[in-house]
Amino acid sequence: MILTATFFSAFAGAGLILLLPVRLAMLSRWVALASALAGLGFAAAALAAYDNSPAAPAVQFLTDLPWVPQLGISFLTGADGISLAMLVLTGIIAVAGVLFSWNVAHRPRAFFAFFLLIIGGVFGVFQSFDLFLLFVFYEIVILPKYFLIAAWGSTNREYGAMKLTMYSVAGSGLVLLVLLAIPVASGAHTFNLFALADPARSVFAPAFQTWAFPVLFTGFAVLAGLWPLHTWAPTGHVAAPTAVSMLLAGVVMKLGSYSALRVAMTVFPYGLDQWRTAFAVLAAAGIVGGALVALSQRDLKFTVGYSSIAHMGFVLLGLMTLNLAGLSGAVLQMFSHGIIGGLLFAVVGRMIYDRTHTRDMAALGRMNLSKAIPFATLTFTVASVASMGLPGFSGFIAEFTILKGAWQAFPLFLIPAGLGVVVTVAFTLRALQKTFFPSHPDGQPSAAGESTLDPITLPEKLGALLLMAVTLAIGVFPSVLLDPILRSFDSPLMQSVLREGMK
Amino acid sequence: MTILTLILFVGALVTAILPSQRAARAAALGCMLAALGFAAGLALAYDRSAGGIQFIERADWIPSLGVEYFLGADGLSLMLLVLTTFLTPFAFLAAGRDIPKLQITLILLLETTLIGTFTALNFIHWFLFYELSLVPAFLLIRASGSAAATAAALKFFVFTLLGGLAMLVGFLALQLSTGTFDLIRLAGMAGSLDAMLAARLGWPAAGLLVFCCIFLGLAVKVPVVPFHSWLPDAYAEAPSSVSMLLTGLLSKMGVYGFLRLLVPLFPQRMQELATPLLWLALATILFPAFAALAQKDLKRILAYSSINHLGYCLLGIFAVAAVPLGSPAARAAATNGVLLQIFNHGVTAAALFCFVGFIERRSGGLRGLGDFGGLRTAAPKLAGLMGIAIFSSLGLPGLNGFVGEFLIFSGTFSLVWWAAAVAAIGLFVTAVFLLNMIQRVFTGPLPDRPFPDLTHREAATVAPAVALMFLLGIVPQVLIALFNKP
Repeated sequence: MILTATFFSAFAGAGLILLLPVRLAMLSRWVALASALAGLGFAAAALAAYDNSPAAPAVQFLTDLPWVPQLGISFLTGADGISLAMLVLTGIIAVAGVLFSWNVAHRPRAFFAFFLLIIGGVFGVFQSFDLFLLFVFYEIVILPKYFLIAAWGSTNREYGAMKLTMYSVAGSGLVLLVLLAIPVASGAHTFNLFALADPARSVFAPAFQTWAFPVLFTGFAVLAGLWPLHTWAPTGHVAAPTAVSMLLAGVVMKLGSYSALRVAMTVFPYGLDQWRTAFAVLAAAGIVGGALVALSQRDLKFTVGYSSIAHMGFVLLGLMTLNLAGLSGAVLQMFSHGIIGGLLFAVVGRMIYDRTHTRDMAALGRMNLSKAIPFATLTFTVASVASMGLPGFSGFIAEFTILKGAWQAFPLFLIPAGLGVVVTVAFTLRALQKTFFPSHPDGQPSAAGESTLDPITLPEKLGALLLMAVTLAIGVFPSVLLDPILRSFDSPLMQSVLREGMK
Repeated sequence: MTILTLILFVGALVTAILPSQRAARAAALGCMLAALGFAAGLALAYDRSAGGIQFIERADWIPSLGVEYFLGADGLSLMLLVLTTFLTPFAFLAAGRDIPKLQITLILLLETTLIGTFTALNFIHWFLFYELSLVPAFLLIRASGSAAATAAALKFFVFTLLGGLAMLVGFLALQLSTGTFDLIRLAGMAGSLDAMLAARLGWPAAGLLVFCCIFLGLAVKVPVVPFHSWLPDAYAEAPSSVSMLLTGLLSKMGVYGFLRLLVPLFPQRMQELATPLLWLALATILFPAFAALAQKDLKRILAYSSINHLGYCLLGIFAVAAVPLGSPAARAAATNGVLLQIFNHGVTAAALFCFVGFIERRSGGLRGLGDFGGLRTAAPKLAGLMGIAIFSSLGLPGLNGFVGEFLIFSGTFSLVWWAAAVAAIGLFVTAVFLLNMIQRVFTGPLPDRPFPDLTHREAATVAPAVALMFLLGIVPQVLIALFNKP
């Protein structure tokens, strides 16, 4: 029950906000905050209550209610370490997102209701173990995104919103196609993942898997920014209001990689073997391509947007290693990038753009930001350092574990991965220098723009501190997440994705 | 030892929070001196008759990845702890009273990461501090904000990070094959590492590849020619007090890495590759020496001279590794020479940059060879003290530089005579460019602008370093005792 409470609290919050009378509209942010905090609380409590011992089953907190028994659909939720990492991430990003949207004055009720609707849907996906249920939650996430970007967005918002929605809908079309074929191909009337991914017996014929796997994997991975289907992400991120960029980069991209791992890879192990190298190549292309494009941007938000593609490339590469190190690293990277990407978008969208109304790095460099808004400078510096994958922050442990998995599986892929890391460092430093620490030919910064910017507000500081504390805490004590994640791969459900032994 | 790191880290946080620059400066100085006292105490408490690694602290950290919190110190670590805690306040004081508040915090953070690097015994634990040191160093190098400084800082950061990445990849392969990041345990397996790597990765050349990865990482850091091109820019563009830390301490991280990571883990590989490695060391000695000869900027001269001096360290290390069965006396001489050279170069090079900083303060930023003249008459105290430092760098007997280089040369000569012979050319060129510097700056016509002598405060800042030069030149046993059983 503690698990389902996460999305119930989000949906209840959304409903409550819609019931608020117009004159109390500004109250909606408090309702949203309470609801997000409740979701985070439930998720964190579930993580704390999760039993790591090998004697306990990997998937815990199961709820299994019949829904449409004729079609084999049930309301089946639960969580293992992978789900819990994602659920906690969602809770954190939800809280931070509300804090960074504290200044939304334009139709706040609708804004926060949509926001909580997405959060609820995301919470739902991360705990569904029935394929149909998972898909329902997945779809709940897609539509509100459109409205949030189109109505509250900034640059080129209609275009960005439409592009993002079209890509998402096309992706879920592929997913739906396979979903409809599954009962036919398996002959069993069930959408229960435990039954479909049973390693003891092969449910699907190899010929079916050979085409169904790439379709399903691609369908999900579009959302994870799989190269070359990633172009919706930078445009969408840039067009979206801050909280939505944070959601998109922080959790919505993870819906794709999570579902690809949880569904496509477990259900079609034969197809996975056939297509593994192809997808690993695409992942590597995403790492290098995303990083190189980020290096050439002049717009700060585009830089951060393309950096997401590079970081998600690491997730996909980790998934394709099919060994414990790579897979657990991929899950940790999803969490880590969620926090760091969210933080970067928060600084760029809320702290900077809302104050300066420009995202051009050269223009920002002339504003002497490090004096005008020192807190934003500090936050962006910390986020940059974390994003580069320096040790002590969550990104290091994640990328390092993925690299270890790559050594085991395909050492040649270390070359693009290493190149990606180096270019990531280069573009992150470039953005940091150009924006906050520009060089001055005469050695003296110009005084223009100073003190005209509003100071950073308390909700922004709280949100930034929350995210910085999490990336640091996981960087120093990754075992909190890593142990449950590692435990989860030692289960009948996830065994089917491991091609090498436990160590 | 955790306390030592904590003193500095907490100090960094405190200085970040304190509102006034004066209070922050006082607090920082207090922390640094406390750390110096603490490190000296550790060195005195070290049980020399037992030797080996002592003061071990160890706890599980990330058991699933084989990462432990694992600290300890032997004579080498302790010497570097003392050097770090001595040079940091020296550089801090040399920066003057109006040092920006942010730099105070950054210097303390840098000192924290240095201490961490010199005491960690689990690779990941070590790497954490090794890489984190880049962040404060990067911000300190670009402190002046000029375009050249920004570019130099970027170059420094990217070069070193690239090296660090190669090293990380190498150690990942080691961990995959052996299941541990524990440097002591890895050293214990040294004989079979190659076979384990080849078996695990199914690749006969895996051992060589891993060795090259780790070598590359350290070679960038020291730096070894031809991976040195970031260094002259970084040293020249950074404020002088920061250059003191870069040359005195950060370069030692690389040499320390050679002694702690590479030599214990790959003794056979080092022996096999001894000839190319020795040539690299010779290149590191000779090319920068000639490059220094061609420079016009005092800081660049010192930067190249710094690479050259570290080349002697590498020469000694590689010579010892080349002849594992050579005469014990020669090996001991070369090893002791390397260790002394690490410490001596730290003190001397830092002092030289400190003097250049003082000169810059008086000349309004000018530091070209042709910009000065006659300082011996105008500023006798400055010229005298700086002359001592230059002669120490030159290797004049009686001063500290001589002892280390002499031991390295005498040891190397009986182990690999040709390498010592070629390296001796470097000694000669070093003498030429350093004497040229003395001549151009100290003698000749007086400058047309007033050039005040050292203030009492400045003289007091450099006095401990100059005193050390004499002390270690006359009684090097004080230091040698740390790493030799009585």
